Amino acid sequence: MRRTSQRNCPRITRRSFTAGAGAAGLLAATGFDVARAQSGPLKVGVLLPRSGAQAGIGQDCQRGVEITPGIFKTLGLPELAIMNADTETNVEVARARAEKLINDGAQLLVGAFDSGQTTAIAQVAEQKGIPFVINIAAAPPITEQGYKFVFRNFPTAPMILSDAFANQKEVFEAGGSGPKKVVYLHVNDTFGTSMAKSLPGLLPKFDMPYEIVEAIAYDPTARDLSVEVAKAKATGADALLVTSRLNDAILITRELIKQRWTPMAVLSMGPGWYEDQYLKTLGKLSDGPLSFVPWYDPSKKLSKQLEAAFDKAYPGNNLNTNHIYTFEALLVAADAYNRARSTDPKALADAIRTTNITDNVSTGPGIQFDAKGQNDKLKNSGIQNRGGKLLTVAPKVAANAKVDWPLKPYDKR
Amino acid sequence: MAAEIYLNVAVSGLLTGLVYGLMAAGLSVIFGVVRVVNFAHGEMMTVAMYLAIVLFNTLGLDPLVMAVPLAGVLLALGYVLQAGLINPFITRPEYSQFMLLIAIAIIIVNVLLIVFGPDARNVQTSYAFDSFLIGPLIIDATKVYAGAATLVITAALFVFFQFAPLGKAIRACADNYTGALVVGLNVKHLYALTFGIGAACVGAAGSMLVLLVDVTPSLGPALTLLAFIIVITGGLGSMAGAVLGGLLIGFTEAMAGLFFTPSAKSMFSFGLLVLVLLFRPQGILGKRLS
Repeated sequence: MRRTSQRNCPRITRRSFTAGAGAAGLLAATGFDVARAQSGPLKVGVLLPRSGAQAGIGQDCQRGVEITPGIFKTLGLPELAIMNADTETNVEVARARAEKLINDGAQLLVGAFDSGQTTAIAQVAEQKGIPFVINIAAAPPITEQGYKFVFRNFPTAPMILSDAFANQKEVFEAGGSGPKKVVYLHVNDTFGTSMAKSLPGLLPKFDMPYEIVEAIAYDPTARDLSVEVAKAKATGADALLVTSRLNDAILITRELIKQRWTPMAVLSMGPGWYEDQYLKTLGKLSDGPLSFVPWYDPSKKLSKQLEAAFDKAYPGNNLNTNHIYTFEALLVAADAYNRARSTDPKALADAIRTTNITDNVSTGPGIQFDAKGQNDKLKNSGIQNRGGKLLTVAPKVAANAKVDWPLKPYDKR
Repeated sequence: MAAEIYLNVAVSGLLTGLVYGLMAAGLSVIFGVVRVVNFAHGEMMTVAMYLAIVLFNTLGLDPLVMAVPLAGVLLALGYVLQAGLINPFITRPEYSQFMLLIAIAIIIVNVLLIVFGPDARNVQTSYAFDSFLIGPLIIDATKVYAGAATLVITAALFVFFQFAPLGKAIRACADNYTGALVVGLNVKHLYALTFGIGAACVGAAGSMLVLLVDVTPSLGPALTLLAFIIVITGGLGSMAGAVLGGLLIGFTEAMAGLFFTPSAKSMFSFGLLVLVLLFRPQGILGKRLS
């Protein structure tokens, strides 16, 4: 039986095995390229904190996603198939969602607003070899790990601080005075801690007119910030320097009013104070704070197009950092796909590495990445809330309004 | 640092602690009588907070005024929940009670998420930004109103349990289940009523807490945890203990934020909990279980 069976089976010789293996290898190599050649929309997994403590900002970033298709069409860029995922404002959930998106076929990832969540996603993307374009996250280590698949079109914490100090000096000069003592209130998450760590090293280099009398860290999910504001007030500081999120920015403002303290200025170096939810929740009490943040150049052609599209889609809302940088992250993805003409992760990553978009939105010369995957040419602006609008007050070259200085007392509004 | 800041922060912490105490009192009442640990306590509170927001936004009804009516609504909900869903689990192992209530909590969070979305919501009353200036003290007006309302509601509950025939009957059920049955008390109804009263505490507390904090569906689990810390500190089953626990936790967190760092506030409340568990496991005003 065994002998018969052996005789009936096709014999595998060394020669046929080698030929077969070679053919299989060739098929795999060519078939791989065929399968990944540009044939449909690029599957882009967009990870954002759509629920949890950062839900408001995550939803705001999503608006930047929603307005892309129409604009990309006019720019002649390929269509993107967006796969949405919610990080739930949780680092571990962000990691798990990134893995799931990749398993579900995402060919490129975008996200995730928060440095902690972004760090986790970057690890997954690098491990799986899937390009990851960061929309918003400022912690420097993310692009210091030698990752090959991680790209950031957003300034790092030291870049934000450097520009913030330069713009603050312009504002103080335009306002005719500046604070001598400031108290620094900051969130204790990855972003806030990065900013707080960078501050002491950078401050002396800019010869600022003020000293930081105390730094107060707090939990971004805190329900009550009365102690924090009371402590800040007790330092006798002239102004408040803050790195916050959205809900805590609202809580801080409420406490400033309740505790009858109007500092000379609220100088924010992060999100929260320019968000539409902040403006709508507090109404006229939202006027005055200055945000020194990555922003957009209103004179750029694409900025005008984006503003028009945003205004049409979300009337009554202001275009802000969340929309701009989420839009630009997708712009990087579409541009890379357009040039790579492939969904092969390596080809996409190579294309992103050689990005050179000068027709963009954000302040600065455009979008290019250095060897670490960081766009190091981005610039920030100084924004002031006034009458529910966001006006650019610094730098002078991008300003469309003069600063209103100092902060109008809360009880006289 | 000027002396008034210590006083300001202490008063603020105590007033917030009072509202927390009322929330925890509900948990304590339920456990004290029905012997069920309500793992959906914080989530029920968020339901009350959302109801207060809806009533304020649609009909302009002040959450402080709505504290009693909302307590009534939550009482009815609690009664139905206990009589219809929880009661069959009373005699089952504790882990199955835990799972049931955790499941209820998850359902509440997700329903709120579907209905209201993830954004933080709040009410903007005319007095939302008011504060009282008493010498060097600046006291948040909403906290004063909420704290005062808590004291009134707690006193009313105390009177109810001490002097009202129904309150005495509920206490009888808690003291001796078999005895209560023997004397002809409708224990099933009393259990459901007790759960309802616990839920009513949550309704009133939620109506007041919405004046102090913004609400999101994800706030529920944090409030449940807070309620547990408070009742374990004050003494599980003791209503006065819950209020005392609330005051202690509110005060500890406020002072820890002032003396150390605000981001470590929770560390100190948990530290207090560990100390209580070590040296007085039954809680400060709790009775040692035989």
